[in-house]
Amino acid sequence: MKLNLKIWRQKDRESQGKLVDYVLEDLNPHMSFLEMLDTLNERLILTGDEPVEFDHDCREGICGQCGMMINGIAHGPLQNTTTCQLHLRSFTDNETIFIEPFRSQAFPIKRDLRVDRSAFDRIISSGGFVSTNTGQAPDAHALPVSHQVTEEAFDAAACIGCGACVATCKNSSAALFTSAKINHLVLLPQGKEERQERVIRMVEQMDAEEFGHCSNTEACEVECPQGISVLNIARMNYEYNRALTRRK
Amino acid sequence: MNLDAKIPEGSLEQKWENFKKTAKLVNPANRKKLEVIVVGTGLAGSSIAASLAEMGYQVKAFCFQDSPRRAHSVAAQGGVNAAKNYKNDGDSVYRMFVDTLKGGDFRAREANVYRMAECSLNLIDQAVAQGVPFSREYGGYLNNRSFGGVQVSRTFYARGQTGQQLLLGAYQALMRQVGKGAVKLYSRHEMLDLVLVDGKARGIIVRNLDTGVLERHAGHAVILATGGYGKIYYLSTLAMGCNGSAIWRAHKKGALMASPSWIQIHPTSLPQSGDYQSKLTLMSESLRNDGRIWVPLNTGETRKPNDIPENERDYYLERRYPAFGNLAPRDISSRAAKERIDAGFGIGPLKNAVYLDFAKAIKEQGRAKIEEKYGNLFDMYRKITGFDAYEEPMMISPSAHFSMGGLWVDYELMTTVPGLFALGEANFADHGANRLGANSLLQASVDGYFIAPYTVANYLSGDIHTGKIDDQHPAFDKAQEAVEANLRKLLAIAGNKTVDYYHKTLGKILYDYCGLARNEAGLKGAIVEIRKLREDFYKNVKIPGDSITMNSELEKAGRVSDYLEIGELMCFDALSRNESCGAHFREEYQTAEGEAMRNDAEFQFISAWEWAGADADPVLHKEELTFEVLKPIVRSYK
Ligand SMILES: Cc1cc2nc3c(=O)[nH]c(=O)nc-3n(C[C@H](O)[C@H](O)[C@H](O)COP(=O)(O)OP(=O)(O)OC[C@H]3O[C@@H](n4cnc5c(N)ncnc54)[C@H](O)[C@@H]3O)c2cc1C
Ligand code: SF4
Ligand code: FES
Repeated sequence: MKLNLKIWRQKDRESQGKLVDYVLEDLNPHMSFLEMLDTLNERLILTGDEPVEFDHDCREGICGQCGMMINGIAHGPLQNTTTCQLHLRSFTDNETIFIEPFRSQAFPIKRDLRVDRSAFDRIISSGGFVSTNTGQAPDAHALPVSHQVTEEAFDAAACIGCGACVATCKNSSAALFTSAKINHLVLLPQGKEERQERVIRMVEQMDAEEFGHCSNTEACEVECPQGISVLNIARMNYEYNRALTRRK
Repeated sequence: MNLDAKIPEGSLEQKWENFKKTAKLVNPANRKKLEVIVVGTGLAGSSIAASLAEMGYQVKAFCFQDSPRRAHSVAAQGGVNAAKNYKNDGDSVYRMFVDTLKGGDFRAREANVYRMAECSLNLIDQAVAQGVPFSREYGGYLNNRSFGGVQVSRTFYARGQTGQQLLLGAYQALMRQVGKGAVKLYSRHEMLDLVLVDGKARGIIVRNLDTGVLERHAGHAVILATGGYGKIYYLSTLAMGCNGSAIWRAHKKGALMASPSWIQIHPTSLPQSGDYQSKLTLMSESLRNDGRIWVPLNTGETRKPNDIPENERDYYLERRYPAFGNLAPRDISSRAAKERIDAGFGIGPLKNAVYLDFAKAIKEQGRAKIEEKYGNLFDMYRKITGFDAYEEPMMISPSAHFSMGGLWVDYELMTTVPGLFALGEANFADHGANRLGANSLLQASVDGYFIAPYTVANYLSGDIHTGKIDDQHPAFDKAQEAVEANLRKLLAIAGNKTVDYYHKTLGKILYDYCGLARNEAGLKGAIVEIRKLREDFYKNVKIPGDSITMNSELEKAGRVSDYLEIGELMCFDALSRNESCGAHFREEYQTAEGEAMRNDAEFQFISAWEWAGADADPVLHKEELTFEVLKPIVRSYK
């Protein structure tokens, strides 16, 4: 198949970027989207151009490193699917595809399609953990946790930290990401102890990173590859208000 | 060279206790004067970095991804073993030790294996305390399943994302220490060389992958937790950036490499579908609990799988290994698949796969049950292939997966370079010639949480009067200059072939001659071919851009230049071992039924290789293995 690509090229954080046209022919529809970019890069290298820089590593939908806006949709047209899991059979022959980086004030562009998502790490380091040191743990069976609670905690913990929720949100809010971690931990008895401090610190860090505010458009859930539910945001708001009232 | 494994005195059960009792300690006031460099933030790296920082040491942690949470531990699906015996099905530390040693075909140290089984108990406690949402039964207690090669249920899991959840636990512990300022984190930094001062590991040279700038970092000890190098085959279940460069560059500075050719080829990954393919996705081994593996009984079969009647199918694992059937260990399952594929029974467009069939399980247990157990894997299968595995069997094939080989380490996880430790998949230690499923998340974790904190402290106790290590020492200048020269050399080649071309070509040579089956002529030929390929690489590779900005191709070129040397060593290793054991199957050494023939009289040792220079053959050193508790027996899964 043939694809007409319009890819965002930008040399570094400060430079002005622009969309550049590329045409690829004879593509196999079973190729993955990133393999299509590999093919393009191979050609660019051999013709003396600079290849397109893009983020990727595991190529199986779990590391959260890949991610780009494909025709204006974070991770492209397939629901609950990362860019690396997308295949060309999701596109039509001769289609024009716009490929751009995840855009947000808090995710500065490093080069081409690569962005800096270290703000997420800082949100986690502000409180997204259980304060237990190696060696302190009691026996794993000391505290039973119901099947259902575990499953709910898992649903939140499944977040891969890709940033699609931020990229797709018109406010660039990180509420889905942050709330997923808060809920994962608050649902479990091991995480309850630090419930108040954690939510306050993480929400404050999120604000400090220049993410926007959530205005409940729910766009994030639609494009989240892990299907993280927006109910997490509602629970985070509850936890936050609860913590504020108790702190006083 | 005398390879002293430093196994502690005492009976098997007492050895680790004895080590801990006599290990030297560092008092809390001195710890903050000691700096430790941790390269890698997977399960092994994150856990040791967090644990050391909790104890009060100054830690720097490095990874090449843009966040520590993306280390490839994240991709492990199936589970993590621990001898908790929560199922009351006869499990124990001893039983786990036996399974692991036997699974590894008696090519691992008894003492190491026993310690791993022993520490498995604590790991589950630790992970649960961190908030890892392991699967639970309705009564609220932890669930287990069984994994290939064992007859008890000792595998703990978090849906099909156990590695992700364990890693997030370790990552969160790490980020907690980063928040406290106890760990300095360097994401998107790649280690390009090890720095030795007076024969001791005292630092590293890294390249900031976002800016291209080279940096030097000094410390009292260096810990490599840089994962596996199975990506050397190009097509593998590993991530694109997985590499052997950190350990290889340490190897060239004096650390011996052990059993480099012992690479596990996993039986259940998705088959290659074309030349453009960049990786083979793993389908968790847990699928073999309910899926049945088969190929058509006739070659040239053209019917759809569901149209092939039961009596025209060959369930070859059930046929050859009735006691274990579809749960036979990985090496055996992969080889059996290759045997059928090579004999012309392969299925799929490229005839390179076998079926993994759930029809019986769905009929017996219902679709809902199968969906609950494997839903995410079936979804992944559909996304990648476009087929629905609830309706027709999956197509799977063997793929390079895990490196049992790695840097040689003693019982304290220290390499032959003083002060240089290797943890997790980067070392060779606990799996022998074949790693059992769900044992490597365990090994990476216990290395980092429970073993290295003691052994590294034991080493550091000798450094409390050393003072800060100076990164302006001439040794750092020299190492940095060498790294710069190497980058310049790569960029200057300006040839006409891409880095991927070399990586793919090398991968193909290794699959053909140093993969599931090896023989003398093939290995000798492969060494010649790899040398030629390497020569060609240094004449004709084309790397665009420069070294002072972000440049993925330059990163890849560095990794592939190392792979071109590691591949050669793998062939030497495989060639020197005239026996078949675990993943190492030499065609000359098999029984009439095609089973592996081990040779304990001559090869009951670990091969540890010394770098002798680019133009010289590597030098073999042997660490003899002794078995005091469990006498080697022939592995039989029949
Ligand atoms: C698809 C897949 C599924 C698996 N499933 C299971 C399973 O179910 N159960 C099980 O027990 N095991 C499983 N394994 C094996 C297991 O996941 C790994 O052996 C284990 O996670 C390795 O952990 P690690 O910490 O040693 O390395 P990794 O997690 O690979 O971490 C390596 C780290 O080193 C860093 N690094 C590497 N090189 C450099 C460099 N030069 N400079 C700087 N940083 C560097 C990386 O950035 C990364 O942070 C699986 C493996 C794969 C590939
Ligand atoms: S919540 Fe979803 S979209 Fe946002 S980072 Fe996590 S996985 Fe990605
Ligand atoms: S590359 Fe890891 S999620 Fe896409």
